[in-house]
Amino acid sequence: MLYTFTAFLAGLVFGVGLIVAGMANPAKVLGFLDVAGAWDPSLALVMGGAIAAGAGAFALMRSRTRTLLGAPVLLPVAGKIDRRLVLGSLVFGIGWGLAGICPGPALVLAGTASAKGLAFLAALLAGNALYEFLDARRRSDPVA
Amino acid sequence: MAIDWNAFTPASALAGGALIGAAAALFAVLNGRIAGISGILGGLLRPQGGDIAWRVAFVAGLVAAPAGYMLLSGLPEIRIDAAYPALVAAGLLVGAGTRFGAGCTSGHGVCGISRLSPRSLVATLAFMAAGFATVYLLRHVAGA
Repeated sequence: MLYTFTAFLAGLVFGVGLIVAGMANPAKVLGFLDVAGAWDPSLALVMGGAIAAGAGAFALMRSRTRTLLGAPVLLPVAGKIDRRLVLGSLVFGIGWGLAGICPGPALVLAGTASAKGLAFLAALLAGNALYEFLDARRRSDPVA
Repeated sequence: MAIDWNAFTPASALAGGALIGAAAALFAVLNGRIAGISGILGGLLRPQGGDIAWRVAFVAGLVAAPAGYMLLSGLPEIRIDAAYPALVAAGLLVGAGTRFGAGCTSGHGVCGISRLSPRSLVATLAFMAAGFATVYLLRHVAGA
């Protein structure tokens, strides 16, 4: 129960952070991605601030097997850098550049009841479903 | 490259970034997990027992963020310029790409780089490069 509540709290603080940072405003995100136009470098500072605030906690958890609540630590172990990682990330970046919306802001925009935000989120979920479909086929047919 | 100083918001970018990093830190320290939004959301399409409540709670926190923010202050400007066909295409690409690439701006960009993960650094460079290239092509080549 507490585990579920802290997950809600983390999501809430994350979302408020996105709004404060300007990440929930797609026009501002596109202003950051437009390096050849009138460039708005703000979002580089968002990532800098986030990494500065988060890095200590990740360093602390590296050597622990249980969290402060006693839950198991399920941080990912180093995986390999493969074609799937790079191609997937490139596809994501193209979509990000088209609309200026990544998954976190998509959920925040849905919370503002924006019709365009909801349309984007519906398409994002359809993209998730497409992945599940293709991944299930790949796993059942290892040759593909 | 010309910086748009009027659009540059360093203080709110750093403050919002710090909140995002604090949320990721909270989630790592209490729940032992990566605050990777594409994975948390996408995992709901692959339901496993005991794995659903915290995902729903985290997503609900993000969706509730605008309402939480409005308890303190009015929402800042949110502008979505993309038309519906572009939004749907973008959503599909983001939804599928982040799942194939196993992460987005939060999981790879914030958490992964905070953890000094080489895999996340490569993914982040890939989606940033694709985002910059897409906006360049749209705004300065296609002239949209």
